[in-house]
Amino acid sequence: MNEVKAFSEAVQYIKIAVGEEFYGIDISIVDNIVRMQRITRVPNVASYIKGVINLRGEIVPIMNLRLKMGIDEIEYTKTTRIIIIKTELVGKIGLIVDAVKEVVALDDGQIEKLPYDNNDENHFVNAVGKVDDTLISLLDIGAVLAEKQAKEEA
Amino acid sequence: MDVSQYLDIFIDESKEHLQNLNTQILDLEQEPGNMDTINEIFRAAHTLKGMAGTMGYKRMQNLTHNMENVFSEVRNGAAKVNASIVDVLFQCLDALDEYVSNIQTTGDEGDNDNENLIKVFNDFLAGNTGAAAAEAPATAKAEEKPQLAEAEESWKKITYSDTQKTVIAEAAKEGLKAVGVTVTVQESCILKAARAFLVYKAIEELGEIIVSSPSAQDIEDEKFELEFSLVVLTKSDVDKVIAAAMNVSEIEKAVAGIVDVDAAPAPATEAVKEEEKEDKEEKVEETAPAVVDDKKPAEAEAKQTTQAAKTGDKKKPVVNRTVRVDIEKLDDLMNLVSELIIAKNSLVSAATTKGASTNNVNEQIEYLESVTTNLHESVMKVRMVPIESVVNKFPRMIRDLQKKLDKKMELYMSGEETELDRTVVDEIGDPLMHLLRNSADHGIEGDVKLRKERGKPEQGSIWLDAYQDGNNVVIEVRDDGNGIDVNAVKAKAIERGTITEEQAASMTDQEITNLLFLPSFSTAKKVSDISGRGVGLDVVKSKIESLSGEVSVKSTYGVGSTWTIRLPLTLAIIQSLMVVVGGEKYAIPLGNIQTIESIRPDEIKTVQLKEVINLRGSVIPIIRLNEVLGCESTRQPDEDYVIVVVKKGDVQAGLVIDELTGQQEIVIKSLGKYINKSKIISGATILGDGEVALIVDPNALI
Repeated sequence: MNEVKAFSEAVQYIKIAVGEEFYGIDISIVDNIVRMQRITRVPNVASYIKGVINLRGEIVPIMNLRLKMGIDEIEYTKTTRIIIIKTELVGKIGLIVDAVKEVVALDDGQIEKLPYDNNDENHFVNAVGKVDDTLISLLDIGAVLAEKQAKEEA
Repeated sequence: MDVSQYLDIFIDESKEHLQNLNTQILDLEQEPGNMDTINEIFRAAHTLKGMAGTMGYKRMQNLTHNMENVFSEVRNGAAKVNASIVDVLFQCLDALDEYVSNIQTTGDEGDNDNENLIKVFNDFLAGNTGAAAAEAPATAKAEEKPQLAEAEESWKKITYSDTQKTVIAEAAKEGLKAVGVTVTVQESCILKAARAFLVYKAIEELGEIIVSSPSAQDIEDEKFELEFSLVVLTKSDVDKVIAAAMNVSEIEKAVAGIVDVDAAPAPATEAVKEEEKEDKEEKVEETAPAVVDDKKPAEAEAKQTTQAAKTGDKKKPVVNRTVRVDIEKLDDLMNLVSELIIAKNSLVSAATTKGASTNNVNEQIEYLESVTTNLHESVMKVRMVPIESVVNKFPRMIRDLQKKLDKKMELYMSGEETELDRTVVDEIGDPLMHLLRNSADHGIEGDVKLRKERGKPEQGSIWLDAYQDGNNVVIEVRDDGNGIDVNAVKAKAIERGTITEEQAASMTDQEITNLLFLPSFSTAKKVSDISGRGVGLDVVKSKIESLSGEVSVKSTYGVGSTWTIRLPLTLAIIQSLMVVVGGEKYAIPLGNIQTIESIRPDEIKTVQLKEVINLRGSVIPIIRLNEVLGCESTRQPDEDYVIVVVKKGDVQAGLVIDELTGQQEIVIKSLGKYINKSKIISGATILGDGEVALIVDPNALI
């Protein structure tokens, strides 16, 4: 990531809406954005794992970001999207979000790092970006995904 | 030169050659005089060295070079293979293996020079040349001395042609001394050739250089390891020569002495010459435009082919990350694909023809089906590799264990050509190794007397048999050792609290034996580094099960044990039964299913709070799948139950489902790393309509 910053001033984020707030996901880890589709439930997994979908012949697990963040689940609407992210560690994972707004470019001056606090409820967020008057919480994808393992192992 | 694109080939081939070397050296140990084996080893080592050299792996090249030298001597009859050198050779193979795995993981060979091994090789060479010399009648006994001299003084090993001898003798008459000098360049030195050249120059000023090993040209081309030797005819004394050499920077050390022509290992001359010829040969190869692929050591390869024809060569390709495919199999595939295209076209035309009859379309669909089935079979065949690549390393392992445990044993293998899906073959090595180690360590009795009392030969036997059985492949590990002491297992289980005494009393021997597969269960009284840490068998079991296989053991105390691993031929595509539970579609692998039964609700009885059915005399527990899967059953209360009877080994269970939809060939897909914690779901598959259906693993349910 640091390399990207070194070459271009601004990093692009996908601005998404979950609940009342806007979040940003680093565009470099986003593989795809798909519309809501039929999800096959998988038994005996954490509640925020909604199941798996068929993404062009590949089985991709789907996580509901609302449930993950402790916000109540809502009916899927026509703005609901699944953001497919791809990480080295666990491969592809889909995140259900309320809506995808736009792509924003943030440079260092617009990003304010948050101190790391394990007890903080918002520990999926490691920085806040400012665009005009709105604040975008930048998701720490590692925390969104890894935290799950920590909980399960505990 | 960028050789990274050849790295895969290099790794594959190196492994192949290493495996070949392993096998051949094992053979050699049995028959130290077999020239075919020795030739084969020499060639493999030679090719390996060439490959390592071209790829720029200097350490690996150096080590193989030394190994090759040993075999060059052996081949020429100048040295004899003995037990100790075989041990060293195996260590050397391990070291080479380490290089290769380092290269595989990091792209670099690592920085272990394995100097000790090289030294042993050199000592061996020096020692043997000496021994051979002593045997030869033409030489004086006095020779023993220089042979025992420090290995570094390799100028003493230089051999002289008759002309050179005459020159030296002539020179002696003129008061010129023949001084041999061996110069060692510092390891860190970057421009070895340049330094060597300076040394060469400096020494040349003192007199005429008559012998150079390696040759002056090679030194210039940096074709030498850290040291090189020269013989110079000079008026100056030895110290001056050393000083001249040491004057050049980055020279580690220089040793020198007066050459005594007669003391030179004359009888070995021919052998060494031969070796030099060899050396030149390979140098030519190395300088040749370096294209690293099979063709490169074409010469060696060609020789191998002749060799193969001669001895019915045992060497077969060992498969690693790639699968080598018979061109015929590929042709088959190509044919099927063209058929598939034809089928598609016919289907399109059948569907678009005006007044298309369903009949016509159905006919085309049937055709399409047969093509896809054939295609599946062919692709499966392409993925199949013989288990040989895995089991090949076991004879060596048993040999090492034999030495380590000080027990006499022999491994007999059969069915190495049995084919399995590549993914399975890759994974099967560790479990098999565990079982073999178990047999060697715990199975075979250490006490020879005990074996005699039991009427068994002194030498223990371990068998590894593989064969195909229907859609499964069975691999058996058998030994004629101690067998499993059921009472010891029972006592241990009670002691550990795994079972209570009452339970133990009612358990059959087989059930108790199966306790061995539980985690952290080892009856070995002593923990050894071979087995007995208590992490073995449960790991074996879980590994085999992750491959959709099963493992079982049958044992008679005092007679021996048999471990049986049963694996499906392929993992990627299976036949399965599609069922509906709570409105959701699931697939159950057909391999696990015994029968499908329709049972009236009143036939379900409760025994010890568990629901069972009596099916033709046998009592089978039933599992309501909707409960396990956490969904609502859509079955009406008075409807008959549809029960799928599955089995795992000898145990049966009935799975209650809502609806059967039919049999289907499904492609297994992984659920991904993120949610693979659900044990009862072994994977997922994509149905014709694009929907995902989960695959239930009956083994996890029982």
